[in-house]
Amino acid sequence: MAAQTLFEKIWNSHVVHEAPGEPALLYVDLHLIHEVTSPQAFEALALAGRKVRRLDRTFATLDHNVPTTDRSLPITDPDSKAQIEMMRKNCRDFGVTLFDLGAIEQGIVHVIGPELGLTQPGLIIVCGDSHTATHGALGALAFGIGTSEVEHVLATQCLWQAKPGSMEIRVDGKLSNGVTAKDLILGIIGRITTDGGTGYVIEYRGTAIEALSMEERMTVSNMTIEAGARAGMIAADHKTVDYLRGRRYVPAGAVFDRLAERWLTFHTDDGAKFDRSLTFDAASFAPQVTWGTNPGMVTEVTSKVPDPARFADATSRRAAELALEYMKLAPGTPIADIRIDRVFIGSCTNGRISDLQAAADLVKGRKVAPSVQAMVVPGSQLVKIEAEQRGLDRVFKEAGFEWREAGCSMCLGMNPDILKPGERCASTSNRNFEGRQGKGGLTHLVSPIMAAAAALAGHFVDVREWVRR
Amino acid sequence: MEAFKNFTGLVAPLDRPNVDTDQIIPKQFLKSVVRSGLAKGLFFDWRNQPDSQFVLSQPRFEKANILVARANFGCGSSREHAVWALADFGFKVVIAPSFADIFKNNCLKNGILTIVLKPEEVDAVFAAIKAHEGYRLAIDLAAQKVSDELGWSATFPIDAFPKRCLLEGLDDIALTLIHERLIQSHEAAHPVTYKL
Ligand code: SF4
Repeated sequence: MAAQTLFEKIWNSHVVHEAPGEPALLYVDLHLIHEVTSPQAFEALALAGRKVRRLDRTFATLDHNVPTTDRSLPITDPDSKAQIEMMRKNCRDFGVTLFDLGAIEQGIVHVIGPELGLTQPGLIIVCGDSHTATHGALGALAFGIGTSEVEHVLATQCLWQAKPGSMEIRVDGKLSNGVTAKDLILGIIGRITTDGGTGYVIEYRGTAIEALSMEERMTVSNMTIEAGARAGMIAADHKTVDYLRGRRYVPAGAVFDRLAERWLTFHTDDGAKFDRSLTFDAASFAPQVTWGTNPGMVTEVTSKVPDPARFADATSRRAAELALEYMKLAPGTPIADIRIDRVFIGSCTNGRISDLQAAADLVKGRKVAPSVQAMVVPGSQLVKIEAEQRGLDRVFKEAGFEWREAGCSMCLGMNPDILKPGERCASTSNRNFEGRQGKGGLTHLVSPIMAAAAALAGHFVDVREWVRR
Repeated sequence: MEAFKNFTGLVAPLDRPNVDTDQIIPKQFLKSVVRSGLAKGLFFDWRNQPDSQFVLSQPRFEKANILVARANFGCGSSREHAVWALADFGFKVVIAPSFADIFKNNCLKNGILTIVLKPEEVDAVFAAIKAHEGYRLAIDLAAQKVSDELGWSATFPIDAFPKRCLLEGLDDIALTLIHERLIQSHEAAHPVTYKL
């Protein structure tokens, strides 16, 4: 057989039907659901008298709306409560497995998929959520869909998809100390822009990608959507197999061995061709901080807020002007001079145990600046439990951070965790759109250790100087 | 889904690149459990500022049903609420130099046509709106053509399949179930790999 890319291997083995000039009908192995993008899908299903085709391939969680404060208290926002109740009712009526509040499996949909072992190499995974790209870190093809498509997958377990192009992003070499997977992906988006990946599936390859831990790979793949691409993926290797062994939904014994052998075939063959290839040197990345209102408006911590006048074309100049106006930043301000009011460590990008561990290592024995309100929100209940077993909750609390229950929280502020107008936040999440964390809120995207350092200093600092100490 | 019909409509200019779905409909409107009534949330933060100059706050664009914007329109979240809100406001067509993938798909599922024009053609539309109060465009999907009453026109690309779905108003679940036997044989060959 001709040499194939990872993407082609998965795509080709999932085509149920194909005709020239038409999108392909693809089979979906795993469908993840959350409360925000599913109610209208279930409603339409019920109206048409249709059932969920594969209950064994459909799993639901509550994440976007859930309060991160004491779970024994009632949910105060009536709309959030209604949406959560609706998810419960739909799951009951249709027979879908739901990881409800209080369940050990509950958490952000893109954190729990890999963590529970539902996400496996070679699968096609969809969810009504753009950060579904995360799951591609395990050698799967995973992408976000809209609510009409959620309904379609519930009813048919299939999806019509036009075949995207394939793009290779190679990163070779070593990341410097203090430069994380988050800085790598922010830096890449900064270089290729927020629509640099539109129409493509991106496979991240190269020695720097291979060297990443599984959780770091998830951080990279997660933000692929911020470059406009359909999906991000990384080949399965022994780290992937080791990561999955023993997880809740992963078979054990001989079945596991057979599966693992198959998983290891999910990589790009030597000689396979991509439609587009880009190469970066890992050593060229520094800690990143966004200064604008999309993730591509990003620069190095040692740099300055750019001057819109220097942008070559009128459209980007205008976009930069609007962004700086919204962000209340003057051109030429050193990034390290930007003072912050809030810090948020969490989200499906950086709410995993290694993120929390790295941040805790940095804050241990230090104190959050008096002017800063900082919070840590684990990505899932399992992350929370493990963090507490490691004593990270105490480290954070002693330093002055708030320690919360699992959920999306201030990543998008659908629950009570929001910025007030004008508040400036160092956030480990993935989007700095206007009002994303609360109307008038000013978001700067950074890595967990950059966020932790900013919490202690009250302004951005080059974390490389801290980790060297 | 309703079939897409040719029409001539008022064009509203949104002169920004990278308009994301968080702007098209902010999160507080995502708590709805129905598809209808979302027009009030459309561009909520931009429309609801004190003396907002935002295009859709201006009475002359109240009845617009064609929106023209800059590159990468609809990026960000997969929320279909963005499309439901545009539709509920009355938009049937969005024109831009490029669209985010998920947004484009969501439009198609709701009978909204996304038209990709070259950046200079989009420039021409923006300029024409400025020059002519009440500027309108005629949309002909079958001919893949947009034109105005002053003699300007442009053609746009669209794949055959989405074009047919829009023109015929096809329900894609029904389309899929035509292939039930193929789905079943795929399922038989690919059992679940989880431990349930
Ligand atoms: S953490 Fe943020 S980006 Fe991730 S799923 Fe939740 S809301 Fe979306």
